[in-house]
Amino acid sequence: MPAAPTPGSRLRLTALLAPPLLWLTLAYLGSLAILLLSAFWATDSFTSDVVHTWNTDNFHELLTTPVYRTIALRTLSIAAAVTVVDALLALPMAFFMARVAGGRWRRPLLVAVLTPLWAGYLVKAYAWRVMLGEDGVVGAALAPFGLHGPGYGTTAVVIVLAYLWLPYMILPVYAALERLPERMLEASADLGAGAWRTLRSVVLPAVRPAVLAGSVFTFSLSLGDYLTVQIVGGKTQLLGNVIASQVTLDLPMAAALSAVPVVLIVCYLAAVRRAGALDSL
Amino acid sequence: MRKRKMSAWRSAAAICALLLTAAGCGSGNDDDKGGHAPDKLGKGEGKVNIIAWAGYAEDGSNDPKVDWVHPFEKKTGCQVNTKTAGTSDEMVSLMKTGQYDTVSASGDATLRLIASGDAAPVNTKLVPNYKDIFPALKQQPFNSKDGRMYGIPHGRGANLLMYRTDKVTSAPDSWRAVFDDAARYDGHVTAYDSPIYIADAALYLMRAKPSLGIKNPYALDQKQLDAAVALLKKQHKAVGEYWSDYQKEITAFKGGDSVIGTTWQVIANLTQAEKAPVKAVLPKEGATGWSDTWMVSAKAEHPNCAYKWLDWIVSPKVNAQVAEYFGEAPSNRKACAETSAPDHCAIFHADDEKYFKRVHFWTTPIKQCLDGRKDADCTDYAQWTRAWTEVKG
Repeated sequence: MPAAPTPGSRLRLTALLAPPLLWLTLAYLGSLAILLLSAFWATDSFTSDVVHTWNTDNFHELLTTPVYRTIALRTLSIAAAVTVVDALLALPMAFFMARVAGGRWRRPLLVAVLTPLWAGYLVKAYAWRVMLGEDGVVGAALAPFGLHGPGYGTTAVVIVLAYLWLPYMILPVYAALERLPERMLEASADLGAGAWRTLRSVVLPAVRPAVLAGSVFTFSLSLGDYLTVQIVGGKTQLLGNVIASQVTLDLPMAAALSAVPVVLIVCYLAAVRRAGALDSL
Repeated sequence: MRKRKMSAWRSAAAICALLLTAAGCGSGNDDDKGGHAPDKLGKGEGKVNIIAWAGYAEDGSNDPKVDWVHPFEKKTGCQVNTKTAGTSDEMVSLMKTGQYDTVSASGDATLRLIASGDAAPVNTKLVPNYKDIFPALKQQPFNSKDGRMYGIPHGRGANLLMYRTDKVTSAPDSWRAVFDDAARYDGHVTAYDSPIYIADAALYLMRAKPSLGIKNPYALDQKQLDAAVALLKKQHKAVGEYWSDYQKEITAFKGGDSVIGTTWQVIANLTQAEKAPVKAVLPKEGATGWSDTWMVSAKAEHPNCAYKWLDWIVSPKVNAQVAEYFGEAPSNRKACAETSAPDHCAIFHADDEKYFKRVHFWTTPIKQCLDGRKDADCTDYAQWTRAWTEVKG
């Protein structure tokens, strides 16, 4: 048990913690609070100035207009699809890196996974726009098989977002697999389990929290994205686009709309927490 | 333990109260909306912050031969900082920050800037080149109020219909091609991504459905707006993508992802320069269009340099350079003698008022019907914005 803090050390601790706590409450949570607060204001329809009269019209409109529900559901399913795709790609990749590849291979692979993170977001998204276009590489590669590229649209959005966020899924899964003791796999084999059974009963439960932690990134980043949709989404409209188009004209409505992803993420975090993925954080 | 919890709650409550008062303080009402036009100009402040459409304030970085910013800096000593805006909505929100001195606003932004007090009236006497501006551009409903000009007209143009000549074989001469006949180009139709595009549908309905009684595409009552929205929803099925960024449209037409849709002359020129087989026409129904105005911020920190810029950008030579680079009709009639292509003003119908009679310049839709109807309530821009979200679904 540590010694009781002297007044001097307590002062130092306060001084040390005050700036980050101030930042957290004022700048970080404060801005969120202001955002939610402004959702209860109105807008002068002509000048687009915010009128400070308290009302719940924006939330009423949000809940009663069918198009917002459609857009919210579409955004949610795209975020879920991106998460699933990333999990399916990351698991074998991370397993190979952590357990199969030797020391000579591990480092280059890790670098390869990280490299895309160093390139600009827009550069990557525009590269995909070129590849997915009518005369792009994807279409040309599929043409010999009599297939068409996905073109611009929701499929393209899922592909590009899955590409963009993949490292955020691979890295936690890789870390979890690397920590998995060799002995457990040996024990499983000694007890007569085949590769498949070991994967199902030992490996997957061990990496489940890591996958869920990675999914928090892929899910929340997809939920808030609007640039990729603008670039490869064709005519698809997601929550982020609606918020962006409202923000200059009707800030309170935009604020009400942005409450939707916030609520969705809070629910998701609560679900993930119950599953125990945040315990190791 | 209990006590600590209480005090945490109390401090949270205190922070919330603090935030509330801080937020409440910002809403001070000032009666002097929009400020005043200066009576005379002083010395330049050495700096001017500009919001411009792409192509309006070129400093040679896109094309070394296209540069009218450096000569301005040399002549006036005013350093130019340019912020390129993609849409009118972006311009309006940038102007609200108060960090900019002047903006090249289009008609769907000007009235909003005037009403919110973000733009100040302009003393045209302090802009010597104003006298040579085409009379048809002065004192228009979208750039003046109560007989006072709120800016200097810069140039004008129409939103044209562009198509790929290899994919659209029967040359279209009507907006019908992107509305009632849109299904022919299923998945390859493009449209301008802004609520103001609703006016394009209304313009088509003026001719296609006279029973709706639309007189002005920016003055739509609820029933007329609903009809335009229904038409746009039908078009949506055939749309491949919407564009708001001109680069995006160029690549879409070049690659064949878009084969027909609205465009600006400058986009048609650039797409042709990239060897794509496209053509742009003004359909028989006429078109929507834009007339841009350089406005001065009510909170301008560098008003003297801003006025110098206003005079510079509409001076005959520079106005001609911008008009040719951007592909628009210049606003200064003396500019027509300065263009490098002698027929530029003829091609862009600079002084052809009959041509521009067919162009309905962007105007912010407001509650009072702009077509003079007293017995009806019109839909405003906020309603258009929501309708646009609805259209895109």
